[in-house]
Amino acid sequence: MFPNSFSIISRRRERAVAIANKASLVGPVRCIVPVLMLGMAFAFAAGSAPARADDTVQLSITMKDHQFDPAELHAPPGKTIAIHVKNLNPIVSEFESSDLHFEKIVPVGSEGVVYVRPQQPGRYNFYDDFHRETQGFLVVQ
Amino acid sequence: MLASLLIVFREVFEAGLVVGIVMAVTSGVPGRTAWIAGGVGAGVLGACLVALFTSGLSELFNGSGQEVFNASILGLAVVMLTWHNVWMSRHGRELVDELRAAGEAVAAGSKSLFALAVVVAIAVLREGSEVVLFLYGVAAAQGGASWSMVGGGFVGLILGSSVCLLTYLGLVTIPARYLFSVTSALIALLAAGMAAQAIAFLEQANILTALDETVWDTSWILSDSSYLGKALHTLIGYVDQPTAMQVVVYAATLAVIVVLMKLFSAPVQQQRRPHAA
Repeated sequence: MFPNSFSIISRRRERAVAIANKASLVGPVRCIVPVLMLGMAFAFAAGSAPARADDTVQLSITMKDHQFDPAELHAPPGKTIAIHVKNLNPIVSEFESSDLHFEKIVPVGSEGVVYVRPQQPGRYNFYDDFHRETQGFLVVQ
Repeated sequence: MLASLLIVFREVFEAGLVVGIVMAVTSGVPGRTAWIAGGVGAGVLGACLVALFTSGLSELFNGSGQEVFNASILGLAVVMLTWHNVWMSRHGRELVDELRAAGEAVAAGSKSLFALAVVVAIAVLREGSEVVLFLYGVAAAQGGASWSMVGGGFVGLILGSSVCLLTYLGLVTIPARYLFSVTSALIALLAAGMAAQAIAFLEQANILTALDETVWDTSWILSDSSYLGKALHTLIGYVDQPTAMQVVVYAATLAVIVVLMKLFSAPVQQQRRPHAA
């Protein structure tokens, strides 16, 4: 009985050591899993709950011939604003604003959405970062 | 030509700051050149893949695929930087003080190098995918690559890379006994800045809406879209109009890194004993 249980313990220990060695070898790799899980958790949260959808101001804009149409968007202050942008240029665009702090690649023919929350009334500039001559404004008042 | 020069320069400049810091952090560690080069190579490859699948990526998660992806890889970079700093606080002094070339030290060092290579790859991937998309778009519109586009891109690449080199050369002039503390602080700030940026992406996607009020506005002093602002944004996470959540996450990341470094740091006295004996 003694030798038998001893061998079980030692075998267990060997396994534990082997696992520990393996774990320390893949230390950085181990970290990837929780991060990806966190990302997926956020994604699920996004999928299941369209956050404050009724409160959100929905705006649409297109990029065509390297111009925004309309060139100016209007919205009331203090609300979340969803800007739906469609790229009708024959070339990929980056819908970006340093005033409103967003950037988004919009492939040819596709539509994207960014959410912004300007708190102060004002005139906020946005542009196509790949073609800076394409300029537009969000007027909050 | 000017457009491709500027875009390539801007993106390489931002990735170059990160690569420059990593080069300074790992100066003197055997085998680091191969790891960093590997990180850059993997980043370039990843950038091409991301650019190739941009349409598919964008459509994921109700059209917020890009934001979720960016936030996730930034989160991964934060974990890698944290892991590196904690590891260095335990083993760094052995490496720096003794510069052991023994196999054990090299093997142990390579674990930390792996984490930093991942950070380099992520930085290159994020900035690189924009370069690839832009240049590909220009080439497609023109019906082929033109000399002015390639030339502009090349000059941008050289200028951007020189920022990386200057960052590195600037940091390694710091005396060796301070270098460890300075680079640890830089890595911690880099990580906190990346965490705050991940939050910005989640806010842009409307995934995160809590604490979304702007805490301060310093855009009139230093806009984060100016070159100095961009550099500080990449280095220490400067944002001219941060949301409360960004500030909270920035502070929390810094606090977690400092606490973990303290918890796992090698007891100084025990380490001194073998020297005395």
